Amino acid sequence: MIEFLANWLAFTPVFAVPLLLATLGLIVNERAGVINLGAEGMMLCGALAGVACYIEFGESTAVGMTAAAFAGLLIAFLFAFVVVVLRADQVVTGITIVFFGAGLTGLIGLRWNDTAIAGFQKLDLGFLSQIPFFGKVVFAQDAMVYLTVPIAFGVWYFLFRTRAGLNLRAVGENPQAADAAGIAVDFYRFWAVAAGGALCGLAGGYLALAAAKIWVNEMTHGRGWIAIALVIFARWMPGRAVFGAILFGGIEALIPRIFAAGWPVPQYFLQMTPFLATLGVLVWVGLAGKRRSAAPGALGLPYVREDRW
Amino acid sequence: MTVALEMSDVSKEFDGNRALDSACFRAEYGRVQALLGENGAGKSSLMNVVCGLYAPDAGRIAVDGVPVSIDGPAHARALGIGMVHQHFKLVRPFTVAENVALANRLGGRWTDELARVAETVERYCGELGFELDPASRIDSISVAERQRVEIVKVLMSGARILILDEPTAVLTDDEADRLLAVVRGLAGRGAAVVLITHKLREVHDFADRVTIMRAGRTVADEDPKTLDDRRMTELMVGSAPRSAVAARSGGGRARLEIADLSAARDDGVAALAGVTLAVQEGEIYGVAGVGGNGQTELAEVLMGVRPALHGTVSLDGEDRTAAHPGERRKGGLGTVPSDRYLYGLTADLSVAENFGLAGLAAGRYGSWWVASARMRGDTEAAIADFEIQGGGPATRSRLLSGGNAQKLVLARELSGGAGILVAHSPTRGLDVRACAAVQSQLLEARDRGAAVLLISEDLDEVLDLSDRVGVLNRGRIVGEFARPADRHAVGRLMVGHA
Repeated sequence: MIEFLANWLAFTPVFAVPLLLATLGLIVNERAGVINLGAEGMMLCGALAGVACYIEFGESTAVGMTAAAFAGLLIAFLFAFVVVVLRADQVVTGITIVFFGAGLTGLIGLRWNDTAIAGFQKLDLGFLSQIPFFGKVVFAQDAMVYLTVPIAFGVWYFLFRTRAGLNLRAVGENPQAADAAGIAVDFYRFWAVAAGGALCGLAGGYLALAAAKIWVNEMTHGRGWIAIALVIFARWMPGRAVFGAILFGGIEALIPRIFAAGWPVPQYFLQMTPFLATLGVLVWVGLAGKRRSAAPGALGLPYVREDRW
Repeated sequence: MTVALEMSDVSKEFDGNRALDSACFRAEYGRVQALLGENGAGKSSLMNVVCGLYAPDAGRIAVDGVPVSIDGPAHARALGIGMVHQHFKLVRPFTVAENVALANRLGGRWTDELARVAETVERYCGELGFELDPASRIDSISVAERQRVEIVKVLMSGARILILDEPTAVLTDDEADRLLAVVRGLAGRGAAVVLITHKLREVHDFADRVTIMRAGRTVADEDPKTLDDRRMTELMVGSAPRSAVAARSGGGRARLEIADLSAARDDGVAALAGVTLAVQEGEIYGVAGVGGNGQTELAEVLMGVRPALHGTVSLDGEDRTAAHPGERRKGGLGTVPSDRYLYGLTADLSVAENFGLAGLAAGRYGSWWVASARMRGDTEAAIADFEIQGGGPATRSRLLSGGNAQKLVLARELSGGAGILVAHSPTRGLDVRACAAVQSQLLEARDRGAAVLLISEDLDEVLDLSDRVGVLNRGRIVGEFARPADRHAVGRLMVGHA
């Protein structure tokens, strides 16, 4: 039983990290008032770019992850141009980005399809990794797991401890007020979307380089959508996003453990469980949400200065 | 005294409506300049041009004697212009200090900066005699306190031209007097203060000069001591020649009765405080008043989309206070809302579908299967009767012009033989011809015996059409007049501090 628990918990970060990175990215987006349903598409682009550049440029995970972030950024530029500059409907554009990302990666990903890679390796931290139980769970993860901790902290620090973060949140809560205060609404929204896209790209890259260690079409399997729900679960707070990601990472990590243990549970039911949990979370938020909605006040609303009514 | 701000021949159009029509304005340092006018006269639009929110279509602006072209709020602030908007520009989940910090950079490390902003807020509050806790969140403080945040915010940014857009509209009398005393003090210290208002008392008591606007134009720029209330009201509401409208035949039974009705705005502030009125058959009852005195809430309570807190609404003697909109409709109520596309029409449905909605609900076009041929026929008849131009029954309603869309709403609301009609600003934003068409439909409905409640911020319209006029001020009917109502008496009650 301890063995099972240790294996399960040791596998949790690998699933939690991509969810957390994507959720953090979406929190940055939505705090600026832009709802980004295209996360799944951005993650796919990140995953393919990560694997392709890893294979082509010296099997370096650093190169792969950088490429993944850039891929996410590029798609985010496209998204930002359409929703921030042209002020198109954010929901429709976001869903279009999902299918665009899936189609694009399917098209150019053929060359790298089904090529298994070494990807991220677990670090050996010497005696720390030898500690029973905790060594395996906490001190034998790959580098990106440890790097995600400062990223999450950085997002929180930026949003809640800097002037730029305050400006960004003002833009998402009340763009009229921000505009009147002399804050460039479109500038903040554009770069918030870009930063969020880069984080989604990283999430996809990690998924391919650490969790799957392979590129397959549509390999994100709805994790972008789970991240969108996690933003609501986290009430747009990076700290709570960490808990949400660990919770859902834990559920995902449990699936291969249950297979390994040979318990007679239908495969498709197991694969469905993250989405059941997502639904559960949304129901819970809906029931508990009577207090005060934590959603940014202007979420999803394009800002036009001379809009009078 | 030096001229702080000078605007000449400023024009601005919104979707074909002239909000500003060669308006002129000037303000001097050390003076309180009142800007007086009815709703829609263009006061706020003019000042939104000054603070960079609207780009004018034409006109010249000079600040401190230098011609400028203000290209955004940041530029306006750099010129020393600060505006306290009627709808506060505050971020609700943020604290007072954070909101002030948004608009004011003190520099340095951010956490220190925020602390210094909080200190500065306290210092300003001390000087102005405000009580304000920099650490409290905007959504936890009162409206008067929010306004103080706005004033401190603007002053901290170094504004020397201070524009206050109807600052007392949301305040109690006591709070208003305190605020205006502070404002006078600011002018005493050399600022140029622009006080947008529609209250004559404030102009007399607190302003050095007054600019009066009507329909987007500047009609006067005078010393308020040279104008008495009567003259100011005249300038504000104009004296347009009254078109002759036949009076109604005579009194009948009351069909719409409102007794002691109270309701609140979305933010919980009382909007209606005991409205009592009755509309008889064959009569148009006009509700006059300056916008924001409860008109919207009255219309919404009658439509059934806003709950009444107290009092009753009766249709033909039956209490329908708690009825939902469908039940009211069955009770013979038709409504013409002020926002055609919010409550009036479904923009992407066809004209026939929009027209048929009421009939469908009443079961006139079948219960399960829609009798489309009959609906189409009725729609064609209505299109002819009401002269709806720009499309046939199959046209998407979005494509109709404002006037034709409004005629469509009227046609539908009157189609079921609605005996009781509530019309809220039915001609807002319409051109002259469409306006006349809508008004003549209202009169025809009256002549057929309908009871029409006309809620409008356009005083000319109310006076022209109404057989009786009630003046709505601060959520109460403060006076009733029979046709012909004395324009200036009505105007005085509208702007009076009752």
